[in-house]
Amino acid sequence: MNACDLIVVGAGIVGASCADEAAAAGLRVAIVEPGTIGGGATACAMGHLVAMDDDPAELALARLSLDRWEAFADLPEAEFDRCGTLWVAENPAQAAGIAARVARIQAAGGHAHALDAAQLREIEPSLAPDLCAGMLVPQEAVVYPPRVAQHLVLRACARGAVLHHGRRVRQLDTHGVTLDDGTVLHGPVLVATGCALPQLVPELPLRPRKGHLVITDRYPGKLRHQVLELGYADSAHGSDGSSVAFNVQPRPTGQLLVGSSREFDIDDPAVSPSMLARMLQRAFRFMPSLGELQAIRAWTGFRPATPDGRPYLGAVPGRDGLWVAAGHEGLGVTTAPGSAQLLLDLILGRTPAIDPAPYAPSRVLA
Amino acid sequence: MIERCDVAVIGAGPAGLAAAHAAASHGARVILLDAQPRHGGQIWRHDVAHGTPPAAQAAIQALSGKVEWRAQHQVVAADGRRLLAETPDGAVEIDAGHVVIATGARELQLPFLNWTLPGVAGAGGLQALAKQGWPLAGKRVLVAGSGPLLLAAAATLRKHGAMVVGIHEQASAARVAAFAAQLWRWPARAWQAARLRVALAGVPYRCGSFVQAASGDTQLRGVELRDADGTRQVECDYLAIGYGLVPNVELAALLGCALDRSGTHARVHADDLLCTSVPGVYAAGEALGIAGLAAARIEGSMAGHAAADAVDAARALAPARIRERAFAGLLARHFALDPRLRTLATADTVVCRCEDVPLSALDDCPDTRSARLAARCGMGACQGRICGAALAELGRFPNDGPRRPPLFPARLATLAALPFRPTTEIEP
Repeated sequence: MNACDLIVVGAGIVGASCADEAAAAGLRVAIVEPGTIGGGATACAMGHLVAMDDDPAELALARLSLDRWEAFADLPEAEFDRCGTLWVAENPAQAAGIAARVARIQAAGGHAHALDAAQLREIEPSLAPDLCAGMLVPQEAVVYPPRVAQHLVLRACARGAVLHHGRRVRQLDTHGVTLDDGTVLHGPVLVATGCALPQLVPELPLRPRKGHLVITDRYPGKLRHQVLELGYADSAHGSDGSSVAFNVQPRPTGQLLVGSSREFDIDDPAVSPSMLARMLQRAFRFMPSLGELQAIRAWTGFRPATPDGRPYLGAVPGRDGLWVAAGHEGLGVTTAPGSAQLLLDLILGRTPAIDPAPYAPSRVLA
Repeated sequence: MIERCDVAVIGAGPAGLAAAHAAASHGARVILLDAQPRHGGQIWRHDVAHGTPPAAQAAIQALSGKVEWRAQHQVVAADGRRLLAETPDGAVEIDAGHVVIATGARELQLPFLNWTLPGVAGAGGLQALAKQGWPLAGKRVLVAGSGPLLLAAAATLRKHGAMVVGIHEQASAARVAAFAAQLWRWPARAWQAARLRVALAGVPYRCGSFVQAASGDTQLRGVELRDADGTRQVECDYLAIGYGLVPNVELAALLGCALDRSGTHARVHADDLLCTSVPGVYAAGEALGIAGLAAARIEGSMAGHAAADAVDAARALAPARIRERAFAGLLARHFALDPRLRTLATADTVVCRCEDVPLSALDDCPDTRSARLAARCGMGACQGRICGAALAELGRFPNDGPRRPPLFPARLATLAALPFRPTTEIEP
């Protein structure tokens, strides 16, 4: 009899975090992962730990998570690099909005301050000279997500979790799950399968949102901060068919990771030359010298997007013993620790660390 | 800039030169591209001191006025049959009716102790450097590895003043003798072998002998050789080492062509007229599997005829092709690698030199993808071309090279130069 206190389906950064959190709480945990651990959206992500402040609920989850990420700052596998986030304005309207954004981040317990054009040029000389202002969030960092997911799974296993690697959930049962090799696991189920959520929980709407990234050869010192355009949220949280936004990250190796693009309703994972070109042209507008750097690799990934941009965290209505942690879109790495904490608060009946209502799956089924 | 042509031939080695010539002979508008500044590919590479081989000169001159030659055009991306090439002057897009892939092969390197020391080079790599003027006069060079190309490399090195202290062929003397005994079936090759023997008079040629380690602090000082008599140290300034060739299939994969993965290394799959699984895309030469110069020239002609819709002319060459392809089997049989070569890399030996990944880092990785994600193996500038082939030989993972743009490191500006075609907007 394979009796569990929690069966975590999916070992991306979110599932791995939930499994780790549950094992740390003393639960008997099973983890089911058909592919590479951290091999889905986790492997394609930039690994930027960033608080987006345009939605108070997202900001609360991000703040909770960022505090918890501090525990990984010295973990070699995390490759944690506190480069800070630099938001840049390309016009006076964006610059005028900076004060309010600083205030929102400060109110949520973060640190941020505004920069004028001269200060911007001083800290990042390679940015376009016409950028008129910026906002620096110095505490934010970048990590290497796939190895963090592997670390979390190993840590959960060290605390007794059982990993069913290479196995797929054939079906959800009233008692738990049946795996593709016939193994039956009994217990509550947490589905953390990202873009694959509809296979097991079709009633929760979710769409894959394709993105492209390019990485360059090594150029140490070329850029010090992760730099995004202030209009990034319009691209990230808009629901346009396709959009691009400037987002470039210095890796600890000196490589630059250049994004970002968003496309709905495309299931072909191939790199789209035209979307790549459009994304890069946007990047050159903010950092003209990027054009001369050597790209060594480009790839794509799919972000699991919900209709309102917030993840599903909580019980699935009408399904006994079924929980979900999925739909984080582009913020799964940032918000994985907070998502795990909130889920375990709910599962164990603890007082939730933050208000769970904005993430309740029931919101889309009403 | 966009250029249009009936046939684009990628690679200006023997296969590509023949393909361009054949296609142009039917009146097709042909563009021949190569990443190098001159025609010839690897085997016919121009030599700054000794010029271009006569056969290569003839093949190049035959194109004069008939084919548009685009030097220093590295194809880095493709969208259908629109190819994006990087040049010193920026990006060029080529819209081709048909494509001939003549991308040749690269050397197979196997990791061993200190194989990343400066002074250790590919046999073909050092040969290419010599032809480009790298000073080797008076340098002691040990040539090792496997296959007939070692002789060609040694001859070039010697011609440039290097002291070739020995050629060490891993295959046994019996196998090499059996190979030589079959060469009469390919008279041109027998003639070439005899010429190389003369050029290498006095240079020791040892069979059943391989390099098991290199030594030196910051620069190669010597190598440890192993043969039937045991191990011994030999001092040298350079080690030129290669274990044969691996087909360059990455462009074909990017274009969507099916690959034959039945062997250790993938090769492009093509039908009897050298059409790949993608209509309008042909392949010729080493990309179809290693068979040498003569096969490459015939296949180049076949693919060129076929790409110009001259099917009969292509078909007429099929028997000659089959004869030359038989040589590939002979090579593979007689120069099969000694299994001990696959055990030279120890836990600490670097296998991915772009990212400094030791072999031991791959112990928990079941496949290429996890090796990339967990250990960063194959994530550097070469995109796994070197370590991927080596790890396939070592029996770790299948060789799964790049198939996404950029195929080679390219300026971001090049990748941004593709014409922007808006994706269809989605109705809300």
